[in-house]
Amino acid sequence: MTTVEEQQRIQTKFQEKMNQDELLNCMRCGFCLPTCPTYIESGYQESHSPRGRIALMKAVVDGLIEPDEDFERSLDLCLGCRACEPVCPSGVNYGHLLEEARDIVNQNKQFSMPVRVVRKAVFKELFPHQNRMRGLTGLLGFYQRSGLQKLARGTGIMKLFPDSLATMEKVLPNMPTMKEMKNRPEHLEAIGVKKQKVGFFSGCLMDTMFLETNNATMKLLQLAGCEIVIPKEQACCGALHGHSGEKDGAKELARRNIKAFEDTGVDFIITNAGGCGAFLIDYDHLLKDDPEWKDRAQAFADKIKDISQILVEVGFHEKVKLELPNQILTYQDSCHLRNVMKTASAPRTLLQAIKGTQYQEMQNADRCCGSAGIYNIVESEMSMQLLDSKMVNAKATQATTIVTANPGCLLQMKLGIEREGLSSKMKGVHIVDILLEAVKE
Amino acid sequence: MLSSTVKAQIISIVSASNFDDTKTGRLVYSYDATPNFQSMPDAVVSPRNKQEISEIVKLCNEHKIPIVPRGSGTNLSAGTCPTEGGIVLLFKHLNKILEIDEENLTATVQPGVVTLDLINAVEAKGLFFPPDPGSMKISTIGGNINENSGGLRGLKYGVTRDYVIGLEAVLPNGAIIRTGGKLAKDVAGYDFTRLFVGSEGTLCIVTEAILKLIPIPETKQTMLALYQDLEAAAKSVSKIIASKIIPATLEFLDQPTLRVVEDFAKIGLPTDVKAVLLIEQDGPLEVVQRDMARIAEVCKDQKAVSVQIAQSDAEAEALMTARRSALSALARLKPTTILEDATVPRSEIARMVAAINEIAAKYDLNICTFGHAGDGNLHPTCPTDSRNLDEMARVEKAFEEIFEKAIEFGGTITGEHGVGVMKAPYLELKLGKEGVAAMKAVKDALDPNNIMNPGKIFAKDSRKRVVVSK
Repeated sequence: MTTVEEQQRIQTKFQEKMNQDELLNCMRCGFCLPTCPTYIESGYQESHSPRGRIALMKAVVDGLIEPDEDFERSLDLCLGCRACEPVCPSGVNYGHLLEEARDIVNQNKQFSMPVRVVRKAVFKELFPHQNRMRGLTGLLGFYQRSGLQKLARGTGIMKLFPDSLATMEKVLPNMPTMKEMKNRPEHLEAIGVKKQKVGFFSGCLMDTMFLETNNATMKLLQLAGCEIVIPKEQACCGALHGHSGEKDGAKELARRNIKAFEDTGVDFIITNAGGCGAFLIDYDHLLKDDPEWKDRAQAFADKIKDISQILVEVGFHEKVKLELPNQILTYQDSCHLRNVMKTASAPRTLLQAIKGTQYQEMQNADRCCGSAGIYNIVESEMSMQLLDSKMVNAKATQATTIVTANPGCLLQMKLGIEREGLSSKMKGVHIVDILLEAVKE
Repeated sequence: MLSSTVKAQIISIVSASNFDDTKTGRLVYSYDATPNFQSMPDAVVSPRNKQEISEIVKLCNEHKIPIVPRGSGTNLSAGTCPTEGGIVLLFKHLNKILEIDEENLTATVQPGVVTLDLINAVEAKGLFFPPDPGSMKISTIGGNINENSGGLRGLKYGVTRDYVIGLEAVLPNGAIIRTGGKLAKDVAGYDFTRLFVGSEGTLCIVTEAILKLIPIPETKQTMLALYQDLEAAAKSVSKIIASKIIPATLEFLDQPTLRVVEDFAKIGLPTDVKAVLLIEQDGPLEVVQRDMARIAEVCKDQKAVSVQIAQSDAEAEALMTARRSALSALARLKPTTILEDATVPRSEIARMVAAINEIAAKYDLNICTFGHAGDGNLHPTCPTDSRNLDEMARVEKAFEEIFEKAIEFGGTITGEHGVGVMKAPYLELKLGKEGVAAMKAVKDALDPNNIMNPGKIFAKDSRKRVVVSK
């Protein structure tokens, strides 16, 4: 809870820092309402819609309301999926407004002791340090392989955790070993004729917990004729920081990444996680007030491209024969890949190119699954409500495989499958994993 | 502020979870889509059925508390802005399609149903509900009824009023009445149905509606005609109708509008021409083809520089979507967007467009014009900035002149957005003193305590204001 003094400080900062032109740019037409998952799931509450949230931010700036607990609740419940942006005729950058508002609130309030400790540990001590990410993944791997996992499940100790967390434990991928995580390539040649020279943004979670998916991504790039540079100085993209009101931490990571790729001479920087890609492509906005970094950030952002997009652009699916045993595939959009990176048709094009499979579009595939970074942990109730709606649509496709393009979405889909008791009939996969599986060499 | 007794009474009617008087809760219902209007309600109430609505209305009538019924808040005349405080009434619990009757060709719906959901539901049964306001993806049927919303298909198919054949409504005294029915003919007394449609929430609260459906047209085709001369485009409109063809849609966009729409929708609209007409015809294939050929001829006779028919459904849909986003796309130009809906007989379109351009030049304003040309319903739109007080004063004067011109040409001050607060000072222009007095008499008879959306339609004073804030 914020104190009166904290509220006053937040209000002053809102007046100083919020982009007033952008706030005024919202003409309140309401076109965003039908696309907002929390507006719909909350039973059409305007305070949980983009138009409502913008009106609230503006009201704090105008001094009509104080940034009280209800106001914070409205910001907290936003998934940040940014589905409101492509439909906004006035082109309001809602995501930027949200990020700024969250940053102001979080920087000007005192969190309770335990929350402070956790935030510091996560944002400052863990994610910016790839060696520590490896350490944590190693521990999880030890848990899975040593028999501890069996023990935990057998003793029923997992029942002590909240439902979603206990299920989440079950759907985590098999963790790589420390050795696998340490010996990472820094340069790979194209297989066949070289068409492009690309950088690969390996990410923090992707290069630890989802190491196999990263390996698959690089393999596909090689097959597509890409020479790959993987600078080892790169770091976590900072999305988690940015979305949680830790903008300074995000900026620090952004500078590290820009520097890491700056002199590599690559045509594009490839990502395989929609959430990271969307944050990387926004570095120009993040560093817009930093004269030394502004242009460098722009140059970096201009090179960001999702793996699906580049594969389609170089005609990978036409050149390489893709085939799998008979099955129905469906695709769940990564919100940030779709709404921010504007990549929606490429993944579908690739999946439809796999012989032997049928592609079935899911109703509302473009609606957030409720994963949204750490949203499914901190806003578990709304997240599960969204997931339940998602699974109704997923089941209706009769698909045996749900394909996603972001690690958070992937875990959430696996969680949904587990919760529905469908793990024997349905699986969740990352698009690069299924593509590599389909490659017939 | 509601007294604690009244608050307790409302909560006992709707339960605590359907009552909100927190600052945040009230703030997000303090506006609609009209620029520069904002006013806090005292509470936001979400009744679950008509009995609850009736009880709330009785309570408000007793304590003289204003009630503002609100659908999705896409109103463009400040009709759903609670300018006098009171209660904002939401219909989120009354959002069911109760029945689609394929024998009587009717749909019975609750007011909170979203227009597009209804359109999809009836089209799944091969039926058609034509009124399609620009905001149909989110606007509610209740809102459409209260505002008598139009849309792109008005020329051939009419507006919301033409598809409402029965209502259930709560009167200001709390009585629940039914009007009309699943009837093609019904002359039992005054036609309350038609009176309530378009009454802007000032006479009753609609709790259920019986809507007329028609069979869905077999096919449709969409055409784009380009002009280097604005008036030639406007003349084409009159000529098409004069050649006894009624297209389903006949939309007009001028060059500034085209440019921003293309910037937003990126579908390859031409931006180097002065005006385009977007024309759609529907019906049996032979008829559609014959009409489209004839329309193409008329357009060419009127000096259209190019006439092209959409080659696929997707292309046609993209064109219509582009037109639908015209209003909001204009919002990209400047922070504030003032949009009006002055309407003239369609034979006067050319003169009206010319008059708008003259007025814009006179006041040194950028006014973009688009609209339902076939209905004579234009949307002169002025991108501006509410912080620029000097320009806002000129906008005010320009629109006043536009209204006067529309009346001079035999038109009206509002074709489809409603009077609300924004155009209340101009109502007399259209109706005359006696006309307003007669309307006011109807209002006073049904709502003697003036609790139903007060301050709307009837101006409190004669002070002219289109864009004055708060």
